[in-house]
Amino acid sequence: MKILVNGDWHDTGARDLASALQELGYGEAVVATALNGEFVSTDSRATVRLADGDRVEVLAPMQGG
Amino acid sequence: MLTLYGTEIRSRLLLGTSRYPSPAVLADAVKASDAQIVTVSLRREASGERAGQGFWSLVRDLGVRVLPNTAGCHSAKEAVTTAQMAREVFGTSWIKLEVIGEDDTLQPDVFGLVEAARILAADGFEVFPYMTEDLIVAEKLLAAGCRVLMPWGAPIGSGRGLNNLFGLKTLRAHFPDVPLVIDAGIGVPSHAAQAMELGFDAVLINTAVAQAADPVKMAAAFAQAVQAGHAARQAGPMEPRDMAVPSTPVIGTAFLR
Repeated sequence: MKILVNGDWHDTGARDLASALQELGYGEAVVATALNGEFVSTDSRATVRLADGDRVEVLAPMQGG
Repeated sequence: MLTLYGTEIRSRLLLGTSRYPSPAVLADAVKASDAQIVTVSLRREASGERAGQGFWSLVRDLGVRVLPNTAGCHSAKEAVTTAQMAREVFGTSWIKLEVIGEDDTLQPDVFGLVEAARILAADGFEVFPYMTEDLIVAEKLLAAGCRVLMPWGAPIGSGRGLNNLFGLKTLRAHFPDVPLVIDAGIGVPSHAAQAMELGFDAVLINTAVAQAADPVKMAAAFAQAVQAGHAARQAGPMEPRDMAVPSTPVIGTAFLR
């Protein structure tokens, strides 16, 4: 299955968002996630199922004005 | 003391964290500015990098409160999702709400802004909306649940100061009890002092400090200007006149012609 993570396509065997993040190497990083434009909280990542073509955004703290 | 959503804030200077020459300069500038609130943002992070983690660690060590923004969002939906992500990462319900309508001026899309503010306020967010100085927009934002407003001085990063003095004065007069923070467009400390003299409650500065030749020195200069402007407002400035009025008493002047 292919998912789009931060604009790049990835092949993944992960069925849920938490597993996908682990597989992608985010580990313990402090990040926030969205799936197809909707916020997914840390607690619900393990229960959110992924489908082919899903768009995942993984955001981290950054400088801002 | 300034109160923003029930939190008492001593410093009336809010500082952005973007565009500094280095993280060390950013940290020193925050200290020199005496700011108690800094703005932060969220961006994509690849799995291999940890830039965001390093930045977040630096900010936490500064012991300041963070005000996350929704910079770069062009619709209410994007801004709402970004705000939800920011609340989780930064652990605060404060959100500087930006919905950009036009890229050359970074002018707020006030329609999207009001829509997003209503959704976020209903969801428990404490919204700091980046807005134009329009009175009706202000009223709609307050009706949407905002209890702080952040009118622009001039376009973000332009350094032009307070572009619409009449509009800003009108806004201040119309909402005497709403905390108003001038956000964006301030270029030099005298602009910040002017905003405070007009009765605004605080100013938010980023580029003017970050892009100065010496950001740390400029941060300190802004801190002084904000304090001076606020003190001047409390002291009650004189009204300007068209004609001269002698400051030295004329009674008893010697006749020496």
